Amino acid sequence: MDLTTRYMGLTLRNPLIASPSPLSYTLDGIRRLADGGVGAIVLFSLFEEQLRQQAAEAVRIVEEPAESFPEALSYFPSVADTDGGPRAYVDLIERAASRVDVPVIGSLNGVTPEGWIDYACAMQEAGAAAIELNIYGIAGDPAVSGREVEQRHVDVLERVKAAVTVPVAVKLSPYFSSPGEMALRLDEAGADALVLFNRFLQPDIDPEELVVLPKVNLSSPADARVAQTWIALLRGRVRASLAATSGVEVAADLARYLLAGADVVMTTSALLRHGPSYAAELIDGLSVWMRRKGFAALDEVRGLLAVPAVADPAEHERAGYVTAMRAANAGAYNPW
Amino acid sequence: MRVTVDGNEAAASVAFRCSEVCCIFPITPSSPMAELADEWSSKGRTNLWGTVPAVVEMQSEGGAAGALHGALQGGALGTTFTASQGLLLMIPNMYKIAGELTSAVLHVAARSLAAQALSIFGDHSDVMAVRQTGFALLSSASVQEAHDLALVAHAATLETRVPFVHFFDGFRTSHELQTIDALDDEDVRALISDELVRAHRARALSPERPFIRGTAQNPDIYFQARETVNPFYARVPEVVQRAMDRLAERTGRAYQLVEYSGHPEAERVLVVMGSGGETARETVAFLEARGERVGVAQIRLYRPFPARELAAALPQSVRWVAVLDRTKEPGSLGEPLFLDVLAALTEAHGAGERELLPTVIGGRYGLSSKEFTPGMVAAIFEELARKQPRRRFTVGINDDVSGTSLTYDPSFDIEPAETVRAAFFGLGSDGTVGANKNTIKILGDAANLHAQGYFVYDSKKSGSQTVSHLRFGPAPIRAPYLVSAASFVGCHQFRLIEQDEVLQRAAQGATLLLNCPHPPDRVWDLLSRRVQEGILAKQIKLYAIDAGRIAREAGLAGRTNTVLQTCFFAISGVLERERAIEAIKDSIRKTYGKRGEEVVSRNIEAVDRSLAALHQVEVADRISSQLEPRELVSPDAPGFVRTVTAAMMAGHGDELPVSALPVDGTYPSGTTKYEKRNISDVVAVWDSELCIQCGNCSFVCPHSVIRSRYYDPRELERAPDGFRSAELNGAGLPDARYTLQVYVEDCTGCGLCVEACPVSAPQEPGRRAINLDDREPLLENERANIAFFERLPANDRTRVDFGTVRGTQFLEPLFEFSGACAGCGETPYLKLLSQLFGDRLTVANATGCSSIYGGSQPTTPWTVNADGHGPAWSNSLFEDNAEFGLGLRLAADRHTELARRRLSELRDVLGAELVDEILTAPQVRESELRAQRARIAELQRRLDGLDGGGEELGDLSAAPDGGALVADLRSVLDHLIRRSVWIVGGDGWAYDIGAGGLDHVLASGKNVNVLVMDTEVYSNTGGQMSKATPLGAVAKFSAAGKTVPTKDLALQAIAYADVYVARVAFGADPQQTLRAIREAEAYDGPSLIIAYSNCIAHGYDMRDGLTQQYRAVASGHWPLIRFDPAVRDAGGDPFLLDSPRPRMSLADYRRGELRFRSLEAAQPQEAERLLGLAQQVANQRWRLYEEMATRGASEFLSDPRRRS
Repeated sequence: MDLTTRYMGLTLRNPLIASPSPLSYTLDGIRRLADGGVGAIVLFSLFEEQLRQQAAEAVRIVEEPAESFPEALSYFPSVADTDGGPRAYVDLIERAASRVDVPVIGSLNGVTPEGWIDYACAMQEAGAAAIELNIYGIAGDPAVSGREVEQRHVDVLERVKAAVTVPVAVKLSPYFSSPGEMALRLDEAGADALVLFNRFLQPDIDPEELVVLPKVNLSSPADARVAQTWIALLRGRVRASLAATSGVEVAADLARYLLAGADVVMTTSALLRHGPSYAAELIDGLSVWMRRKGFAALDEVRGLLAVPAVADPAEHERAGYVTAMRAANAGAYNPW
Repeated sequence: MRVTVDGNEAAASVAFRCSEVCCIFPITPSSPMAELADEWSSKGRTNLWGTVPAVVEMQSEGGAAGALHGALQGGALGTTFTASQGLLLMIPNMYKIAGELTSAVLHVAARSLAAQALSIFGDHSDVMAVRQTGFALLSSASVQEAHDLALVAHAATLETRVPFVHFFDGFRTSHELQTIDALDDEDVRALISDELVRAHRARALSPERPFIRGTAQNPDIYFQARETVNPFYARVPEVVQRAMDRLAERTGRAYQLVEYSGHPEAERVLVVMGSGGETARETVAFLEARGERVGVAQIRLYRPFPARELAAALPQSVRWVAVLDRTKEPGSLGEPLFLDVLAALTEAHGAGERELLPTVIGGRYGLSSKEFTPGMVAAIFEELARKQPRRRFTVGINDDVSGTSLTYDPSFDIEPAETVRAAFFGLGSDGTVGANKNTIKILGDAANLHAQGYFVYDSKKSGSQTVSHLRFGPAPIRAPYLVSAASFVGCHQFRLIEQDEVLQRAAQGATLLLNCPHPPDRVWDLLSRRVQEGILAKQIKLYAIDAGRIAREAGLAGRTNTVLQTCFFAISGVLERERAIEAIKDSIRKTYGKRGEEVVSRNIEAVDRSLAALHQVEVADRISSQLEPRELVSPDAPGFVRTVTAAMMAGHGDELPVSALPVDGTYPSGTTKYEKRNISDVVAVWDSELCIQCGNCSFVCPHSVIRSRYYDPRELERAPDGFRSAELNGAGLPDARYTLQVYVEDCTGCGLCVEACPVSAPQEPGRRAINLDDREPLLENERANIAFFERLPANDRTRVDFGTVRGTQFLEPLFEFSGACAGCGETPYLKLLSQLFGDRLTVANATGCSSIYGGSQPTTPWTVNADGHGPAWSNSLFEDNAEFGLGLRLAADRHTELARRRLSELRDVLGAELVDEILTAPQVRESELRAQRARIAELQRRLDGLDGGGEELGDLSAAPDGGALVADLRSVLDHLIRRSVWIVGGDGWAYDIGAGGLDHVLASGKNVNVLVMDTEVYSNTGGQMSKATPLGAVAKFSAAGKTVPTKDLALQAIAYADVYVARVAFGADPQQTLRAIREAEAYDGPSLIIAYSNCIAHGYDMRDGLTQQYRAVASGHWPLIRFDPAVRDAGGDPFLLDSPRPRMSLADYRRGELRFRSLEAAQPQEAERLLGLAQQVANQRWRLYEEMATRGASEFLSDPRRRS
């Protein structure tokens, strides 16, 4: 079955993309992902703030004990004076890009304007096929308006787009008053792809120890619904490619996203749970499903259950989507 | 080109360019030379011939010398950098290298030798100990000379074939920053003849033109063969002078073998070598200008001794000569330079070359970096002017025992008015020294000034103080002594202002910058009366800034360097303010550029915030303060502590007379308790309500500041208000109370106790049963509480459960309040030893961190219990510690045997029952030891009875020679208590320099206990690689990540079958640590404990030390094991794996430590490769251990020891 897919101008061998995870920390891990059968790999995110803090912390660790004891005016060779900045990351892209045969996409979380631009350029330079902007600032300040938060997304995108030539995707959160409008604005600002959605790592609370736990929970299929819905709504309304992420566990989940209208589907949790080679199983499962359903190509599948863009969604019962949504929500209040 | 460098860099820069092979071993103060060479080599810097010199770190200086010898015989140009004991270890090879007429240069930062005590500071004891090896000795007196004469040495050795030691004064020159004119490659090339290099190569061993060298010779030829070299030595002075002349032609800097300066018709002359020559020369110029006929001859070439040049250099008018030696040779007629000069002048006179034979006197000065000042030079000239000058003298000390010392005027000042002098007082951790080094570079570069910087550190590793001595001026600065009469004084820590030295170093009308956490209008009133008086008397202009606040606001908490540096430039006026600020910012960008924008911006912000916060303080014209400084030590301290120790603590050690000091290096135990350093603003505070009395906090406390006692509730009747007490949470003692007392004045605030506490407050997340809180408000109350706590009766050791961590908290530590780093990972092990076995413990301590925090004057943490018993501690050397400890064991064994024999012989006299009991008593459990002590006390009583003829015992006259038997028995009586001999040291000792000895001692079958406190790196000398350094870790000499796995010391020892072996980590499993140490001690044979010790050289916040220990174990980096031959003998598997199978990846453990992480930043691919390999090593080792842990006893060699 030909599963070749176009994603923000890139040609992928199939629509399954490994999204950022510890699996891409090392070249070996990236190779295993590629060997596992994914169509592309988005590397783990480079966090500018973390790099800056690490650099400051490293300086403190090197300098504090230095110049105070006559036998040991320092404790580290000068190599420890070198802050890697994005170097290790960029180096990984460079090696990965030349050693694996699927596109390697860099993922960036900046804090400063220079950070976004410089790091994005460095990624492009190193051979990243594309850049995913992981705009992962939690708008925790109640005084910041929604418009400001939105504008920040647009600004970052515009800045990076102006600086690089490779395609740029934006990974966003679902927590906008109008995620649809946000998507349209980003599309207009030049996003080559929209990745729906970021899962903020919601900390947990341990009632026994009375502490906040910075837990990372893997996603489950139930987490897919929101993204599925918005992909279905955005399909055909934006120029940008649509990538679905969250909640992929079995091949059917892939099928669901594609039916909703996703160009590609990303997964981390399934690959972390079952190992990188699980990608092949998902892809095979997708083929089997397509054969079983009589689909000959992805184009036949993609967007089949999207909300058509051409007219009032309400009139298009064929997709049944909106009806289902309404029914589901109405039902929510009437469990019996 | 002008550069600002220290003497080490000045010498190394030439040595590196002239060498192909550098074989080294770290030793203070020469280590930076080797480290620079390594850095340059790892960065691919090339020598004159375009190749990158190989830099190899060896296991010892002996090894370095051997490798150097081999490299030289292989035809390479080789060098090494060393000092002190290191140079001594090279002596055998030095004879060989010289005997074979091999061109080579050793660069030596000359340092004291360990005699009555080790000293890391500078004098000529080491180089004088190699003057007989056949090496030429060339002495540099300044940083510029260290640079220039390094080249002269390399040039001359090639031409003469005589190897050279090029030396300069340790610390004074090696660590002094100076603006110098650097030699470029062309300058170096101009002096180094390629033809001679090829000739050196042609003399190498080669199978293409084979010969043998290094033969054995018989009486027939050895003597003659030794004499063959004379012509080569005869040429040396001339060749060296020629090289100096060539250098002068290129650079304009002219040097003489013996350089005379002073009055052309001088009558009184000094002869001196090394940095003292600079001081003497400047003083002579000053005195000469006053009309005195004085002069000084500075010796540069010391071996072969330039007798002719010396005789020629001194004006014929000279009638009195004082020769100064910076070494001590007890029992000799005089020190070496004195004897040489005397012989040279006498011969010259005898040969008619000099009409007058001057009176020559010899003096010692400057041992162990003792100051040598213009005032002392003047005093020597005064002595020479006396009718009968003393034949031998010392200067710089007060010798009230032998009366050798000259008195001098310490205020004698010859420095030119245009030289700006500044002194800065700070802490090691606040960055003062770093900032001053930076200031010197700024002024050297930007202002084209000549600059000099010298830095004095104390020997504490936590809360250590620094004093920076800076000079700037339009002319080269020749003042190798500390700054006095400073026009600018920076006091970078408020509490330091109370130290006498701060105002003492200030000149009349000086500017004083005080970092003070209080508003400027309150500063004056917060100063003590004495300080106020000092400020008024010297009419000091006082400025204040709260640098701590500014630094915090800029995100640089604790690092006040940038702020205070900015203030210095703003007030001192050495540079125009705007220009200075720009220069500071430039240098910030340069220094931190590669560390990322965050660091740069924080520092720039600190600069920008500083000026607004700087205030001149209105100095009231009268004394307003009633504050008096606290007594330094408590009045009930022993006399020696109150007089001698306290003087050292107050910084007045220089003033102690000879008579004050012990003659043989013996000092009282237990003196850190008088120091009360108050180094941390936050200290541990106990929450008696929450506490479950588990003992974890006191177990991990590196400074023994957390003590527990249980006691009868009636004791509390006398307790001070606020003394905290809780019901004892333990079986068997229903009514007892419990107190956990924190010694707040000794706490370093490391926070390990908080991390170790398993309890958390139900209502207040994050709060533990022990927490850090501000010290200041607690101080008064806690002093009273501690005093009361100390009066509570010590807990009965026989009732304490030695087998649990909980139980050990009630054992009194006899190792306390050391100067080790806050959060040190070594000291908890030593403390535990002292708690368990302290009253019968002998410690042989290898040189390293533990010998420094354990034995550095003025105080020692090894202390005594209420009975006056406690650990006996000594440090022999770095390399011989295992052997030293074995010797202590052998002595103890012989004396135990002697005691038992004498006891048997006196059985009838002393009482058969008692004697039999003593001879057969088991001494493993504490109760048994207690019982034995009681018997010995009884025995002692009976012996006293015999002597006094009091109590009627047996008839002493019945035993032949009974009196002698009794005297013998008395002399070894203490050996009837089982002695616990521990050999302790770090991995540098155990894995490297002492490995051979350790291996041999472990194979001896003797009952010694070895504790290796393994930090996996040379900690004391600053992070050099050892064979314990893990694969993939970055350290000095493995800057690109170590590529060899750690040797498995445990398996090596296990191979001997009769060695008890354990690998422990107190932060991961304290119970296992305790168990292993007790088993090791109880085991009647050699024991080896390899103890994971977290260290600042690992690169993380020391508060995370326990977490990192846990991770080291949990990742399989440090599996916990025990190998107990006793278990095997009982039929069990002796190999016990005490930690569970790894449950996190090595990467997860390593991510927390800079030593691993920094390679990732610099060379990501290599880091990844090495991490992969390290994980493999960990996996393979784990599999092996698991396999060993499941073998039966029969799979291990049975106990090979002979049992009587």
